[in-house]
Amino acid sequence: MDYQLSEDQKLIVENVRRFVKKEILPLEEKLDPDAGEIAPEEKDRLTSITRDMGLYGLGIPPEFGGPDIDVTTQTLITLEISQHRAGLYNPAYGAFGGAGLAQLFEATEQQKEKYLFPVLRGEKTSFFGLTEPSGGSDPGRAIQTRGVQNGDDWILNGAKIFISGADQADFGILFARTSEDKGRNGITCFLVDSDMPGFNVRRVVHTLRSTKYATEIQIEDLRIPKENILGEVNKGFAIASDRLARQRIPYAAGCIGVAIKAQEMAIEYCKIRETFGGMLSSRQAVQWMIVDNEIDIRTSKHICLDAAQKADRGEDFRTEAAMAKLLGSEAGGRVVDRSMQIHGGYGMTKDLPLERWYREMRIRRIGEGPSEVQRLVMARNLIGGSFH
Amino acid sequence: MSIRLEKPFQVLNEENIEPIQAQLGVYQLAEPNGYVIYIGYAGGRSLFGLNSELKKELELRAGKETLFRYEVNMQYITRYEELLMLHKSDFGELPERVVQEHPHKVGTLNPLS
Repeated sequence: MDYQLSEDQKLIVENVRRFVKKEILPLEEKLDPDAGEIAPEEKDRLTSITRDMGLYGLGIPPEFGGPDIDVTTQTLITLEISQHRAGLYNPAYGAFGGAGLAQLFEATEQQKEKYLFPVLRGEKTSFFGLTEPSGGSDPGRAIQTRGVQNGDDWILNGAKIFISGADQADFGILFARTSEDKGRNGITCFLVDSDMPGFNVRRVVHTLRSTKYATEIQIEDLRIPKENILGEVNKGFAIASDRLARQRIPYAAGCIGVAIKAQEMAIEYCKIRETFGGMLSSRQAVQWMIVDNEIDIRTSKHICLDAAQKADRGEDFRTEAAMAKLLGSEAGGRVVDRSMQIHGGYGMTKDLPLERWYREMRIRRIGEGPSEVQRLVMARNLIGGSFH
Repeated sequence: MSIRLEKPFQVLNEENIEPIQAQLGVYQLAEPNGYVIYIGYAGGRSLFGLNSELKKELELRAGKETLFRYEVNMQYITRYEELLMLHKSDFGELPERVVQEHPHKVGTLNPLS
């Protein structure tokens, strides 16, 4: 692996770092410590800057108007844009855009007109409806939402939970069981408009997270035209699976970015805080925490970039992506925890972002597949076969 | 479990605010008939949490009979968003002052009760 950045990558990283320092950090100082959104006019202003930088729409293929940036460079950007208080769940407050539901790039022309292009123009927002009350780690088997064919339409009934953005979205992707197969081979993916009768967002699911709250959805006799099937009937799980694997690299990078910032704060603080007649930085206990932080950051960053490079080479990156997700989320949690310890009482307060990262980082070991599932994915790829 | 704020309203005055501690949370202000006219929160930048936010409201509402109720809640941002959505669901629109102060898009909720 060669982690020597190209001149272009160095320039992009420097520009993005400057953007976060100049535009995001001052803006955030005025917000509530738990805030997750900025005023729409501020977001428009930030977005116009990232467009000028040629970096708006990360993850959107160039043929759909996105910047022609490889996965490795996107990962380097994600490592930078997550380095602020709200950075874990709303990096740079969305100023760099994103692909949203990447599955729509594979949609039919009609579906692209109705759903994809309005998303790319910023006119529509979407949600991803996979997890159900019956389980999230093994969605292929846990999905109990039923889809039954009725003439040219499908009727859906069931429930979804931990769905982010469903209350504000114009449409989303819903997965439902459409055959008697109890496993993955009976799942179909539907495009659902949120104003369709029978689609109900019942409640906010409050978690440790300060922003991007999750919701619970109830689906009652929701009638979907067959034109709204994404992909093929009973082959929808491949769509979910692809999204889960693809998402693991930026998910890990966000955790590592926050860890880098927490480490930077810990180093800065231990050099100015005096105890028992000496600086914290002179205490071996603190030095070791700083070193352990650095080991966690460098190992997880190494694996994360390895996964990104494999993706760029068109190789199978599932094992590396799972490893990056596991390492990034677990290492990130440890780094934030040690950095709080170094900051003492101040680390517990809302004066600093550490307490928010501590809460939100805990979710990262569960979200997008818990550590245990990442191990299962890796074991399956290393040993082969199917695990139950 | 109800997701609504269902505690009884109290009159917004110094005597009723005084015992409220400097905790994070959400609150509603209402007209004497119970119609909610404002939803707010005491967040991480509130000097003395709910206590100081409600004292500010008392000053703002000087001379106008007002009711209030509150809920201590560490997840005040997501609870605040939820209360806004519930109000929109019940009355079709948000309180006027909230619209002025809250420029973000508020989601659509269709609660069971």
